[in-house]
Amino acid sequence: MALIEYLNSVQKIISDSKRVLTEKVDLYSYSFDASFGKYLPDLVVQPKSVQEVAELMKLANRYEIPIYPRGQGTSLSGGPLPVKGGIVLDLSQWDTKLDIDAEDMVAVVSPGVLTADINHAAMEKGFIYPPDPSSSNVSTIGGNLAENSGGPRGLKYGVTKDYVIGLEVVTPEGEIIRTGGRTVKNVTGYDLTKLMVGSEGTLGIITEAILRLYPKPQATRTLMAIFDDIVDSGKAITSILGSGILPSKLEMMDNASIRAVEAYEPLGLPVEAEALILIELDGHPAAIDDEITQVHDVCTAADAKEVKVAQDDKEASGLWKARKLVSPAIVREKPTKISEDATVPRSKIPEMFQRLKEIKERYEIDLVVFGHAGDGNLHPNIIADKRNQEEMRRVEQAVEEIFKAAIELGGTLSGEHGIGTLKAPFMEMELGEVGLDMMKRIKQSWDPKNILNPGKIFAEPGQKLVLTDD
Amino acid sequence: MTKAELAYEETVDCVQCGYCLPACPTYLTMEKETHSPRGRINLVKMAAEGKITYSELEGPINLCLGCRACEVVCPTNVQYGTILESAKEVLRENQKRTSTFQAFIFENVLPNQTYMLAARASLSVYQQFGMQKIARATKALQWLPENVRSFESILPKTDKRTRRKKYSPEQEPIFKVGFFTGCVMDVMFSEINKKSIKLLQAAGCEVTVIKEQTCCGALQNHAGESNITKELARKNIAAFEKYDFDYIVNSIGGCGAMLVEYDRLFTDEEDWKKRAHEFVRKTVDISVILTQLKLPFQKEISKVVTYQPSCHLSNVQKRVEEPVNLLTSIPGIQYIPLPHKELCCGSAGIYNIVNYDASMQILDKKMGHVNQLTLRPEIMVATNPGCHLQLKLGVVREGLGEQMKVVHLVELLAEACALESDAKI
Ligand SMILES: Cc1cc2nc3c(=O)[nH]c(=O)nc-3n(C[C@H](O)[C@H](O)[C@H](O)COP(=O)(O)OP(=O)(O)OC[C@H]3O[C@@H](n4cnc5c(N)ncnc54)[C@H](O)[C@@H]3O)c2cc1C
Ligand code: SF4
Ligand code: SF4
Ligand code: SF4
Repeated sequence: MALIEYLNSVQKIISDSKRVLTEKVDLYSYSFDASFGKYLPDLVVQPKSVQEVAELMKLANRYEIPIYPRGQGTSLSGGPLPVKGGIVLDLSQWDTKLDIDAEDMVAVVSPGVLTADINHAAMEKGFIYPPDPSSSNVSTIGGNLAENSGGPRGLKYGVTKDYVIGLEVVTPEGEIIRTGGRTVKNVTGYDLTKLMVGSEGTLGIITEAILRLYPKPQATRTLMAIFDDIVDSGKAITSILGSGILPSKLEMMDNASIRAVEAYEPLGLPVEAEALILIELDGHPAAIDDEITQVHDVCTAADAKEVKVAQDDKEASGLWKARKLVSPAIVREKPTKISEDATVPRSKIPEMFQRLKEIKERYEIDLVVFGHAGDGNLHPNIIADKRNQEEMRRVEQAVEEIFKAAIELGGTLSGEHGIGTLKAPFMEMELGEVGLDMMKRIKQSWDPKNILNPGKIFAEPGQKLVLTDD
Repeated sequence: MTKAELAYEETVDCVQCGYCLPACPTYLTMEKETHSPRGRINLVKMAAEGKITYSELEGPINLCLGCRACEVVCPTNVQYGTILESAKEVLRENQKRTSTFQAFIFENVLPNQTYMLAARASLSVYQQFGMQKIARATKALQWLPENVRSFESILPKTDKRTRRKKYSPEQEPIFKVGFFTGCVMDVMFSEINKKSIKLLQAAGCEVTVIKEQTCCGALQNHAGESNITKELARKNIAAFEKYDFDYIVNSIGGCGAMLVEYDRLFTDEEDWKKRAHEFVRKTVDISVILTQLKLPFQKEISKVVTYQPSCHLSNVQKRVEEPVNLLTSIPGIQYIPLPHKELCCGSAGIYNIVNYDASMQILDKKMGHVNQLTLRPEIMVATNPGCHLQLKLGVVREGLGEQMKVVHLVELLAEACALESDAKI
């Protein structure tokens, strides 16, 4: 059988037998990610060098066995799921390199380095690595690059793709290539670096990345504004951004999330309020002292019922605590959280809110909205119980409606979580037939045998949205 | 006896977000998801669904430290402790009594005061005996020599056990305290119990040591022996409720963790649940009481000190601030926080005996963090006898025996209060 021969060859490539996992308990342990579904791989391999990856890839091509790259499996869209069996390539243990080059202002990292560790290392030298997905303490840079992850700081600083300037990649046919380099400016040929970013592990395996760093802001200030009317909060956001101030974070919580947090841990939040926004400014202390006053005035003018400005870091983290507690708070009643990230242009935020409200009522679902309001990347979260089949069907319909609404408003299926298996059926709706076909052609020419992460991004005929594990 | 069942409902609460991965010492040292909290929860679920067998589940479960660091960081509040206990219980029931010796120790030796009294006479003999038998029972003789030698060299001098009586303060007592001595602690570290009592007394408490108390049941519970655990819990609850104590105090992170979860043992026995609840309400770690009171510090301790928290104190009893506050209140102390102090030291009950190699890997990682400190600490503080021994071993393994002392927080406090003691710090 191909697999057994393959296994023998794998063992020759990976000398350390501890990094080739074949036991059933191990296979089950790499059968999932943070989304839905469970698929058993035939083998899990933990490579730690580019040569190992390249040889594994070549072998997989020879035996036509699918390869599924995996970081720490925090994907919310099914990215690393081995839907067709084969080999899971666990890259999370390959975290050997984390070099900060202060002169070039870059970080050079191995694929398994944790996002937060890059930022910590950068801070020690007076820099920051801005992309900050909420999962940054767990997620790997490889996963971030493959999903083009972003976080609250995206509003001001952009997302992962804005920071990667060079990559080392193993192609689906097992060749090693380098894209980009150590310079911010680089126009030599097609931009393969950016093609790799967001390709969800379907076009190549990232084995090293060169990332831009940013000077560490000297200071930060935080403000919370509370609104009786959610539309007013939207207006406040637009006015703040319109006044030339670019906050480093701009997050919002709706009434349902405020109530959930207050019930979970009383922080003295106004449970009657329809929305609250949290704003963080960063920069020169004098400049942000001035800006925070402006933001305060703008919020008051937009009929904020209350505006709180944190006087020190401790008060600031007190204000942010509300936002941090949303996740644990909303799953108290029911365990399943479907975390959507459909994104709309900023001007359409109020309209999106209206649509979400209708969807919530129509399908009788528990829907909470919070997230990165500043960039239109709202996070409508549906809370359900996946053991309740009937409820899950309603949730599936509601999610479809959310996608439709986002696209109709000129937005996108996914702001940062990726397509994976979950959103594959909706690709054509956003891209159109030709747009999708162009993408398929790229995949086809890079990976003619469809070895790398098959079953992702492009839907199988008849594939539907499924939010259950079986 | 009801048949043990896996805590399936609790596993469903896990959304597989992976936030617990970086907090798990065994994931960090064993480098695979199988030995991570998320992996283990999934495997328990798979076993409950019949997709893997109990014997397949055994490895990952046995290699879990039970440090419960995963529980604290979990954003969705998954009850890992409950899941782990259910798995241990089910596995224990299915083991068909292969390791009857372990059962013998848990049922008879630990709770038996007479045996323990005899044991104190020659602790190292007891240790060797215990380990050898457990080793044989788990068919892991190969690691025995290094293992036993390692621990023997760092065991404390044994002393007379704490005497059973009442210790009154000079003034009207602020609190009436019932002191929980713990069985192993009382044999191995009776000095620490004595100092705890003196500190409580000096801070204005009336302290009583009642002789009806017995072992807390932690080790038995970790081994999945829920019936023995319950029996011990009933005895302790019944013993302490006869008195009118304001608090039931202990200075052993591990015992305390067991004691504060007594109410969870009696899910379907209303009466006992109520009584357990009352017991739990009164039970606190010594650091909690001492931070509320005023300690009569007499002298400065001009030393560089770091602290390795007991997981069971931080993650189960949820007491993180108190020990640090006490420590930094000592005059003259220069406290430097240990990086990654949330990671278990690898001691974890008898984990370091039955899973010696795994435990040493975790310990080496811990000592690596100690070596990262820019200032070398002269004293490392522990709040649990298990950690205490393990850290001592760590210091020896690093060849730092001369330069770094390991002490229980209570010892350092007693020294600063100039409460008489035999050993100088
Ligand atoms: C609670 C929670 C909060 C989250 N918050 C955010 C957020 O704020 N913003 C956000 O953007 N995302 C968020 N995510 C989603 C997720 O964390 C990100 O998508 C993250 O980048 C995934 O990283 P990972 O290491 O877990 O990769 P995995 O999930 O293991 O893999 C993700 C994808 O990357 C591919 N891949 C992994 N490594 C490589 C490599 N070296 N080369 C090629 N392909 C590779 C995989 O095949 C897969 O398609 C969140 C997830 C959770 C569970
Ligand atoms: S942090 Fe909690 S929910 Fe997330 S994987 Fe771990 S146990 Fe599951
Ligand atoms: S209890 Fe400790 S060792 Fe066990 S899974 Fe949780 S963090 Fe890991
Ligand atoms: S935890 Fe305490 S009482 Fe329990 S076995 Fe250990 S020493 Fe004895």
